[in-house]
Amino acid sequence: MGFALELEKAGIPTIPVSTHAFARLARATTLAAGMPTVRNAFVPQPVVGLSPGELRAYIEGIDPVAKKPFMEVVLDGLTGPLTDEDYKGATFERTTPRFLEPDTEDNLRQLFIEQGWTDYLPIILPTEQRVEAMLKGTSHAGDKFVNRMSPTSFREKWDFDVEKVAINAVMAGARPEYLPVILALCSSGFSARSSSTTSWATISMINGPIRSEIGMNSGIGALGPYNHANATIGRAYCLLSMNAQGGSEPGNTYMGSVGNNWNYTACFAENEEQSPWAPFHVDKGHKAEESTAAIFFGGWYTQAGFGPRESWQEKFIRCLTAADHFSPPFILMDPLVARDFQKLGFTKRSLIEWCAENAKMKAKYYWDDQWTTTLVKPHAVAGVEPFASRLAAAPDDLISIFQPDDIEIVVTGGETQGAFKMISGRLVGGRGPRAAGQGGSGLISIDEWR
Amino acid sequence: MAEKITVMDPRGYPPKVEGKRLASRPESLEGKVLYLIDCLFDNADVFMEQLRLWFAENMPSVETRTIKPRESWVDDPEMRAKVVEHGDVAIIGVGL
Repeated sequence: MGFALELEKAGIPTIPVSTHAFARLARATTLAAGMPTVRNAFVPQPVVGLSPGELRAYIEGIDPVAKKPFMEVVLDGLTGPLTDEDYKGATFERTTPRFLEPDTEDNLRQLFIEQGWTDYLPIILPTEQRVEAMLKGTSHAGDKFVNRMSPTSFREKWDFDVEKVAINAVMAGARPEYLPVILALCSSGFSARSSSTTSWATISMINGPIRSEIGMNSGIGALGPYNHANATIGRAYCLLSMNAQGGSEPGNTYMGSVGNNWNYTACFAENEEQSPWAPFHVDKGHKAEESTAAIFFGGWYTQAGFGPRESWQEKFIRCLTAADHFSPPFILMDPLVARDFQKLGFTKRSLIEWCAENAKMKAKYYWDDQWTTTLVKPHAVAGVEPFASRLAAAPDDLISIFQPDDIEIVVTGGETQGAFKMISGRLVGGRGPRAAGQGGSGLISIDEWR
Repeated sequence: MAEKITVMDPRGYPPKVEGKRLASRPESLEGKVLYLIDCLFDNADVFMEQLRLWFAENMPSVETRTIKPRESWVDDPEMRAKVVEHGDVAIIGVGL
């Protein structure tokens, strides 16, 4: 859609063709761009997996939105005279008031649900008094600009300040002392409510002294609903994302086909004390006394197992090759597992390198994937390595599907079982394509938001 | 009657929207250069090829040129500049 809007502005009549499932999204996008009369054409969903003949039938068939022959819509769109609306576009200012109209608590709760401002779990209503109390958790003024956010790259970005983060933190049930962590996560400008059809989520990990200062859980049940700080920090980041970016509404600002339960809340602390290795943030160049937030973007799959047992290598290879290569895993280990790997002589780095070296699949399977075809193949065709070599490989050649920089290892858990998980999640701001690299370690300072 | 309370708006601040006009349309596509932009989604190339064949069979006076951006979901100013310089009209697809 972005290309079409830019080409229209440059004087080229352009018809964007989408599948009908995206009709609302197309209208909303063109309206927000000031060009609500962009002439879209639609074909039925899906396009993926159809034969040339089936797609030709779409072209010779009916546009399911306009209810007219598809090619009639296309040709009229390219040659039909402009209307007054086409000439002037739409100029308007949208405002969001600081305060909502006074009402009863029941009515306000209903309003928040109807407006799509909640995750449908109960919220704390953000009164001014509660927000002021929340703001005592940071030295920064409420009107300090934090960042801007959008549900996807081609939508307009909305701004938000410290007060907006505090409002959503109140709604999530967070305490003022958590606010620096929530501000740090939100300051990434990286949405925890991506609109992608792939149903992404963010999973956040906290390192440094603030973990114990605010009582985060890195022991038994670290990933589960067993800690106030873990639960409400993650939820606040999710609520802020949906509200600050202009919504997370299915069919409009959210298009994830199956959805993702990590979108409710997903935040935990690393168990630095029981890990045999240096903390994650120290490995990334930070001092142990710094507090940092890491955001892993993924949540597409989880593989799991015990280990390292005698056949751990086979198990790891099965997990790694079942882990979709377009969303590399961060490997989350209970301290028992980490210590056993250490006993086997591994450092975090050497184990990561072992994983990258041994995770291989046939080239034909690597490329027979919707995401890889759409997003990775253009890099390969352009000669970018390692993708170009993967494309050049014969169909039955075994190719490495990860590089060491794709994979991270973190340690958390309560040592009740030697469990590990491989969770889809690329470090935001880290290395690799589409990591939204911001330079540096990829980690976000929490101390700056105290 | 329940007491009324005042609460704060949780939404961010949307940008102002500036209206923009559509491009002027030609009266017909006769003799025009039509760029077919394959936006790189899975199977979009097959769809655009069928579209190219439709024009070849039904409107042969239209010169079609297929073009692709460098990658999906990322702007490609060079590709756009080529379309603006050499094209008259464009169709882009298929957005999922």
